[in-house]
Amino acid sequence: MTDFLTLAGIEKTFRPQLALGERIAARLGAAVEARPVQAVSDVGLSVTRGETLGLVGESGCGKSTLGRVMAGILPPSAGEVLLDGMPVMRKGAKITTRVQTVFQDPFASLDPRMKVGDAVAEGPIAHGLTTRAGAGAYVAGWFARVGLDPDWAGRHPHQFSGGQRQRIAIARALAMQPDLLICDEPVASLDVSIQAQIINLFLELRRDLGLTCVFISHDLSVVRHVSDRVAVMYLGRIVELGRTGEVFDRPAHPYTRALLASVPKLVLDAEELVTFETIDGEVPSPLSPPSGCHFHPRCPLAADRCRTERPALRAIAPGREAACHFAESVAQG
Amino acid sequence: MTEVLRVDDLRTHFHTRAGVVKAVDGLSFSLAKGEILGLVGESGSGKTVTGFSLLGLVDAPGRIVSGSIRLNGEELVGMSERELRRRRGRDISMIFQDPIATLNPMLSIGVQMRLALDAHERLGRKAAEARCAELLTRVGIPSARARLNAYPHEFSGGMRQRVAIAIALLHGPSVIVADEPTTALDVSIQAQILWQMRDLARETGAAMIWISHDLAVVSSLASRLLVMYAGRVVEEGPTAQVLRDPRHPYSAGLLASLPAASRPGMPLAQVPGTTPSLLSLPPGCPFAPRCARVAEVCATAPEMTRAEGRGWRCARPLSREIGAPA
Repeated sequence: MTDFLTLAGIEKTFRPQLALGERIAARLGAAVEARPVQAVSDVGLSVTRGETLGLVGESGCGKSTLGRVMAGILPPSAGEVLLDGMPVMRKGAKITTRVQTVFQDPFASLDPRMKVGDAVAEGPIAHGLTTRAGAGAYVAGWFARVGLDPDWAGRHPHQFSGGQRQRIAIARALAMQPDLLICDEPVASLDVSIQAQIINLFLELRRDLGLTCVFISHDLSVVRHVSDRVAVMYLGRIVELGRTGEVFDRPAHPYTRALLASVPKLVLDAEELVTFETIDGEVPSPLSPPSGCHFHPRCPLAADRCRTERPALRAIAPGREAACHFAESVAQG
Repeated sequence: MTEVLRVDDLRTHFHTRAGVVKAVDGLSFSLAKGEILGLVGESGSGKTVTGFSLLGLVDAPGRIVSGSIRLNGEELVGMSERELRRRRGRDISMIFQDPIATLNPMLSIGVQMRLALDAHERLGRKAAEARCAELLTRVGIPSARARLNAYPHEFSGGMRQRVAIAIALLHGPSVIVADEPTTALDVSIQAQILWQMRDLARETGAAMIWISHDLAVVSSLASRLLVMYAGRVVEEGPTAQVLRDPRHPYSAGLLASLPAASRPGMPLAQVPGTTPSLLSLPPGCPFAPRCARVAEVCATAPEMTRAEGRGWRCARPLSREIGAPA
């Protein structure tokens, strides 16, 4: 198996724009500094062809930013994203059409004034995948593929339900004939019964088209269902990486373990006393992350070493990496 | 078991230009002191409108067209706005999904809590402050007294929701309507809040109606469950029993479509189609067009069948033999 998507040393720092007053003050020699936010730190990853990598974590962990860096939407502050050995971006601009993205909110990602057929055809025409004359048939093909009536191409987004809009967004991404599909929370805003339909569509298309996917979600049960491997992020770093079943069954990082324990489970026995194992506290601000291991203030296993020394992401078993000083003992339970 | 809330045949309809939307159409249930009742359904099933109806917060073009809501024995339907205001927040309160939208960004938390307090009680400044700080502590906000001077934007999403919960608890209401209060939160924060809400309900004796689309969340809190579809309750009963042995094909379909119900990577069982528009409900059973068990009898709208503390609105219910083993 060769690596298809490779990320090495990816960093992404956002520097807030200074307000006018602050800029004037800076000109005048005052020590004004915008505090940068390190959204993604030192991420190295690879995804093999045909594989689906799940990316999970809570709000603000940097999973969407990392997804956008992979998709060539945001230039990384350091490091490079290679697709099949070729860079995805050059000089801050995306130079490949082989990566496409499906976003969470199909209400926001479709132009409300554009017919949905035109929205799907726009990219393929611009990149010569179809001609203006052939666009109708081309779009109809993709509509049928994602389970939409091809006659609906002349309608506008507001005429569709949330689930249908997400199908349109998927058709638009796939019409570019990508090799890599980045799905950023594609089912988060959908009802349970519609969510199941979209997940099934995703599974079917992935198999039929041989897609490589990165599936970003905060919903652990969805990620478990669709991913071959999973990466868990916390405050901009990957803290655990491995085959989905192994990570879910025997988490090696205390954060993964706690996250899995806080997912509510279906209770089928009225006598069962439901207890929630909760993680204390909240995710710290990325503006001032804790010293040492970022998770130590909330970690039940934190030792002195964790407060000062940041654990590196290291291999703890074949195909299994974790960033915890005590990963081996955590994985054993 | 003292009954604190009894709803009978409640109908809340919206008279729009396009027609009458029967958002809630014949809802009945009762709630005992300290009980947590789960109300689940998908978007447009009428669960939020139910919550709004209980507090008399339905705005035009919607209104409660018939039915009865009795809170501690008092009829709320038809009560004057003035009378309703005297009860809202004191006897029944609501927690919403989005605390950013419900808190005033221009006022400090202390001032907002004080306003809610003053609505029903005259307390001195010191006493009011102490009461607010006590409640904030109770919902898990550290250094509560100092936080009274903070503004909503200085809190995280989870902390903001805790503030909203504290406000809902201020007057020790007998009923709290919680409308998807943890949906916008991360799982680790959700777990903290669920656990706390359950304890608070137990301590204060407040009954709770927990509205959610998440069956797992509801199953870990509620002792009884109502499943809504297209404005009506299609199934009700003790939570664990309904989830273990659903009678209505819609409840069964919802359960089967959860990713956890299938092996990883395998297609999920799906309920075909989408929720019908309430403007053009099919005649007969509204779930029939999506139902695998549909038969001729489904052309007439089914009534609620009740037996052994459970109820289902289906002419061809699943039975234990067909459903999942108990």
